[in-house]
Amino acid sequence: MADFPKPRKGYSVRTLPGFAVVAIFTLFVLYAPIMILVVYSFNDGSSLAIWEGFSLRWYQQAAANEAVQDAAVRSLFLAISAASVATVAATMAALATTRTRHFPGRTMIYALINQPLMVPEIVTAVALLIVFAAVKVWTGHTSMIYLIVAHTAFCVPFAYLPIRARLETMDTSLETAAQDLYASRWLTFRRVTLPLMWPGIVAGLMLAFVISLDDVVITEFVKSAGQDTLPTYMLGQLRRVVTPEVNAISTVILFAGAILVALFFRLTNRRG
Amino acid sequence: MIEIGNTTKVFGSGETAFTALRDVNATIQGNEFFTLLGPSGCGKTTLLRLIAGFEPPTMGSIKLGGRDISRLPPNQRPVNTVFQNYALFPHMSVAQNIAFGLEMLGKPKSEIQSTTDEMLRLVQMEELKDRRTSEISGGQQQRVALARALAPHPEVLLLDEPLSALDLKLRKEMQIELKRLQNETGITFVFVTHDQEEALTMSDRIAVMNAGEILQVGSPREIYERPSQRFVANFIGESNFLDADLKGGTVTLADGSTFSVDVPEGVADGHVNVLVRPEHTSARAGEPGEGEIAATIDTIVYSGEATTVHLRLASGEPLKSRMGNTPQGSTDLPGEGGNVAVTIAPGAITVLRD
Amino acid sequence: MSDATYKPGELEAEARAADNRHRWLLSLPAMLLIIFAAAGPLLVMVVYSFLAPGDYGNVKWEFSLEGWMNTVIQRDIFDDTLIWADAHLSIFWRSLSLSLITTVLTLLFGLPTAWFIATQPSGKREFWLYLITVPFWANLLVRTIAIQELIRSEGVINLVLLKLGLIDAPIQMMFTNFAIGFGMTYVYLPLMVLPIYASVDKLDFRLVEAAHDLYASRWTAFRRVILPLIKPGIIAGSILVFIPSLGAYVTPRVLGGGKNLMFGNLIELQFGQGRNWPLGAALSLMLMAAVMVALIWYVRVTSREQADG
Repeated sequence: MADFPKPRKGYSVRTLPGFAVVAIFTLFVLYAPIMILVVYSFNDGSSLAIWEGFSLRWYQQAAANEAVQDAAVRSLFLAISAASVATVAATMAALATTRTRHFPGRTMIYALINQPLMVPEIVTAVALLIVFAAVKVWTGHTSMIYLIVAHTAFCVPFAYLPIRARLETMDTSLETAAQDLYASRWLTFRRVTLPLMWPGIVAGLMLAFVISLDDVVITEFVKSAGQDTLPTYMLGQLRRVVTPEVNAISTVILFAGAILVALFFRLTNRRG
Repeated sequence: MIEIGNTTKVFGSGETAFTALRDVNATIQGNEFFTLLGPSGCGKTTLLRLIAGFEPPTMGSIKLGGRDISRLPPNQRPVNTVFQNYALFPHMSVAQNIAFGLEMLGKPKSEIQSTTDEMLRLVQMEELKDRRTSEISGGQQQRVALARALAPHPEVLLLDEPLSALDLKLRKEMQIELKRLQNETGITFVFVTHDQEEALTMSDRIAVMNAGEILQVGSPREIYERPSQRFVANFIGESNFLDADLKGGTVTLADGSTFSVDVPEGVADGHVNVLVRPEHTSARAGEPGEGEIAATIDTIVYSGEATTVHLRLASGEPLKSRMGNTPQGSTDLPGEGGNVAVTIAPGAITVLRD
Repeated sequence: MSDATYKPGELEAEARAADNRHRWLLSLPAMLLIIFAAAGPLLVMVVYSFLAPGDYGNVKWEFSLEGWMNTVIQRDIFDDTLIWADAHLSIFWRSLSLSLITTVLTLLFGLPTAWFIATQPSGKREFWLYLITVPFWANLLVRTIAIQELIRSEGVINLVLLKLGLIDAPIQMMFTNFAIGFGMTYVYLPLMVLPIYASVDKLDFRLVEAAHDLYASRWTAFRRVILPLIKPGIIAGSILVFIPSLGAYVTPRVLGGGKNLMFGNLIELQFGQGRNWPLGAALSLMLMAAVMVALIWYVRVTSREQADG
């Protein structure tokens, strides 16, 4: 059989000289610091210079640290409360503002819902500090309610986006059919709309959860003494000696975040 | 039992206002297969949606059994709809879809079960009752949509071009099926279509619509044989329109031949348009005799069961003549350009109002 | 004869009004939340910027323009005259220039990256996209800490350079403008890549082929055909990087230390040891104004782009 010559690498308009190199380099640089962080969190020693063997001691140390436990629990509690309430509010708002003709006030509602995304976090944080300081003086109350309220507010636009995206793929003829078949407004929602928009709601919940868990700036300004979340605890630790404990906590946060985001993408990419 | 009184529907406002229905009046009887027939955009679907309650009328009233239902939301009207795209609930099975209306009405479980089974039997979907609706064929979906709308035993069933997505053979089967169902259940069917043949074969009465108005209501025979105006005549079946002069019950065509006609209300003596259906005429080779009209052949079209001859009368007007083909072969006709004598059957001439 | 019991259009108007009411009610929880814990407080902050600073922080409820004045002016400690607040001005300058540098750097590295990913064959492309998106979702603080591990005195870079004998003593990289710029570039890079990727993805490569057919070199084709066509992505990416950079807080705090303050840190100072809440409020509003200006510029440029087709 004849040996056909190998096809020569063709000319392509899609390649630009040097771009591939820069791209690979950039991606490498993007991952390197994180990889180093993760790898050295398992280092038995505390210096980056010497690898003293694989060990989980920093994780154990972090887990045993009462301040860390306290902060972790608070982070979770905050994220669960804020994400849940934000998702309910966002679901209602999405139902109101999607698949509809323009109604009076729609632009304003839109603008309000997306407002937290438009303003730099530090500005919101400062404004909240001011308002809550006054409220704290006025009521003498310093519970976590301020943090919960602050987190819930900025989680709303994040929950709203995937819910709205899902809702827009559903045409209203199904709800019309349900009404034709004697369903009340509530039953139409519960039996037809809700089951079909559910993946969007769960995606919104997860996104809000991650956003709350990760927040640093607003939490830092709104919290009262002793109300650390995991990120603010770490921020405080960074002022002093850099311990590998922070590495360990960082790695845990990274993986928790990665899993949640992967789930989020599975939910939003699946059809139906 | 359904009375539509002076109903108008306008969408939008100001410059972009669109009048979908213009002062429409109609009465639909109980236990009737009533069809709304017309081209796209004539308002037939809008009228259906008004009866269902998906839109409120701008003006006028909708009554059911003497009761004004114009203000009622759809879930309070004993009217159910078969949607054009079926609108089956994708997250429910066939049986669950069918049972939905009964559940919403709060019927007891046993009744829901037995009615659902009855409906499944009626549309022959018992085997597929637990399938997801996204996993069945288009024809099967159509039957489920039908069963779902019939299950709550409504007073009126509305069907919005339900057969348009089906292929020809299935369509013809479903036409017979729907007619049978209407007979069996005794429910008033209001059927929307743009297919005139479908309307003629299925309906007890047809309302021909155009541009937001009902032009004529009548039985299929009335609509076909005695259309009241040009649009209706043109929309249904094939037509020949001729100029004529009307005088006291007799029309005179351009070539002088006369025919006696029924004069419809409101038509005065003088120039009129008349309609002659092609199948009510015949042509043979030769010179015209008593009562026949002279014409020449433009083209001859053979279509299996019939032959259509496109003729030109002495007056220059075109005339289509259709004759059934016999086993002995087509009728004796000269070729193109030849002379023929045309006979118009007695009573075949209809005077049009416009 | 119609015996309808309502006026023409009345039923429709009723239905529409009921629908509007319904939608407003549904939106209420979200709106209230944001009014009370996001938008409303901004208005309170405006008020506070016109009050006098309290002795131990917080404010005295009397009208004062000191907050606003102190953003750019201060009293000379020796002769009590009004002079420019150099410290503040240098911080504004640092914020602006670092944000611009960050934008340029992310563009320089981000554009080839976006191009590379968008020109991958369809099967591999998802993989690369996933790769670039994942760090974006990682916690901002964690990413900043990762950079810190790189550039501090006992960090990776210094260790490697020392080991290789290229330097004798660790280079001081932490707590410098360089650290902040490097950190922000690292942290905001994915934000530049994604919009440019979207633009390149939509690019009609036949236009590039046409340019080549008409004797353009690769570089000329890039400059005269490709670049103008992916401009929307570049502009979007620039805004997505510039605005957060301007208001950055965490990254400059961790990597810049107490000496190299950016806008966000200066603001925080007023609520910490600075004890000048009105000044902090005024500075925040200045930052918001700067962001608004950038956004308005963005809207103008993109609508002009759309008008040019």
